[in-house]
Amino acid sequence: MPKVPRPDPLSRPESPGQRTNGANGASANGAGPADVAKEAGGDALGWLDERTGGTSFLTGMLYRKVPKGTNWFYTLGSATLFAFTFQAITGVFLAMYYTPSPTQAYGSITHLTNDVWMGEFVRGMHKWGASVMIICIFLHMGRTFFFGAYKYPRELNWVIGVVLLILTLVMGLTGYLLPFDQRSYWATIVANNITGTGPIVGPYLADFLRAGPEIGATTLSRFYAIHMLLVPGLIIALIGAHLYLVVKLGTTAPPWMKAERPKSLRREEVG
Amino acid sequence: MADQGNDDKQGAAKGLPSSEPPGYFEGESMTRRTAFTVGVQAIGGIAGAAIVLPAIGFAAAPLFEQEDEPWQAVGPTSDFTPDTYRSVVITIVFGIGETGKSTAYVRQGNPNLTGLPSGYHKESPDEYIAISTRCAHVGCPVRFVQASGNFICPCHGGVYGFLGERIGGPPVRPLDRFQTRVTNGQVEVGPRYSVTNHFDPVRARDPGEFTGGIWNYLYPPRPSVPPPP
Repeated sequence: MPKVPRPDPLSRPESPGQRTNGANGASANGAGPADVAKEAGGDALGWLDERTGGTSFLTGMLYRKVPKGTNWFYTLGSATLFAFTFQAITGVFLAMYYTPSPTQAYGSITHLTNDVWMGEFVRGMHKWGASVMIICIFLHMGRTFFFGAYKYPRELNWVIGVVLLILTLVMGLTGYLLPFDQRSYWATIVANNITGTGPIVGPYLADFLRAGPEIGATTLSRFYAIHMLLVPGLIIALIGAHLYLVVKLGTTAPPWMKAERPKSLRREEVG
Repeated sequence: MADQGNDDKQGAAKGLPSSEPPGYFEGESMTRRTAFTVGVQAIGGIAGAAIVLPAIGFAAAPLFEQEDEPWQAVGPTSDFTPDTYRSVVITIVFGIGETGKSTAYVRQGNPNLTGLPSGYHKESPDEYIAISTRCAHVGCPVRFVQASGNFICPCHGGVYGFLGERIGGPPVRPLDRFQTRVTNGQVEVGPRYSVTNHFDPVRARDPGEFTGGIWNYLYPPRPSVPPPP
């Protein structure tokens, strides 16, 4: 049967100067639709890769060399990242039911918890996940400290990590007010007044946080905006910088691993 | 290629390739490239400031707006006696329901009080004393305990005397007060003010902030609260 030449939508377009021979794509050689389908996935990836260079980036990131002795303690940073992702996802869905208004916030929270299907579960995940994230951060920080991984050339990554820790604590503080029950109201009063005790700038900072001299109509929406827009944006940007530096600089070996010296430099063991 | 080769030879003759951009002439103070770079950066900076500055001002505006604290009637003068306080509910922030409400303790002025702290004026029966329930430590609500005649804070154990003066615990100054007046036989409560340990009125401070002396400068008065009486 004579073959009709037709364009193959899934085959890679050839770059100029790369045409080598007449074999142009699988279908042109009479391969069946199963072969086309089999190659389609690879071709789609190839299409994407040609336009983004994503494969070499991912390969470089995922298959980078790690030192000998890398152990489970090195997963604490990933655990923190997972906890943050979890908070982001549950937070987005909580925001679908929450109303940041002083007269309706508590009602929307009780509605979300008691009436919405699985609402108690999602809210519980967000609430307990916040503690999990803080715990993971401190464990990760302890690992970095005790393994000496903050030393040259990774000091900047330590600084970024500390800023991330502070931002996470800000998330905890601003999120605490949102249920707007007695506990969160008074805890926020106390936190605001502690802010106010900073000399010179304290009173103005407290006013800025509250949007006025008292907890008022816009305090809650202000905390809500900080909690779900401002600080998460900063955290995502800084996590990007943190991970970039981890990939660029590599990880450290645990302190108990000694560098292997070449045989020629080794002294004879004293028998 | 041949031209580049010639350029290289010229550069090699001087030791280094020429760093001067095309069109450079002797005595030129700013190249066209520099002028455009500075200009574009300036325009970018102006455009960025046009977005950022109004946004910051928008967020910081409440610092400079004085909150409306209207006078509120809390009851006829006959409700209040000179010997003990009576708690009244007042609205601190309007429009946010229960959240904006607070309590205050009000009594009639008592000229017979003895053992007044230094600086405390002698009260007259024509005036009314309104004391805020906001603890001067971190802002928990205090309660007047009739049996001891003290204000006691449940959170961290702050104790205040009959005048609101600090007598124990972590608070840093006496309890805040409200301005009072009598209109048509009704006691009215007005804006809040803070007092020093010698009961000099100052512009309302947040709890936890010392008052008097140098502290009036370390915790400066805020434009968002009205001036003291």
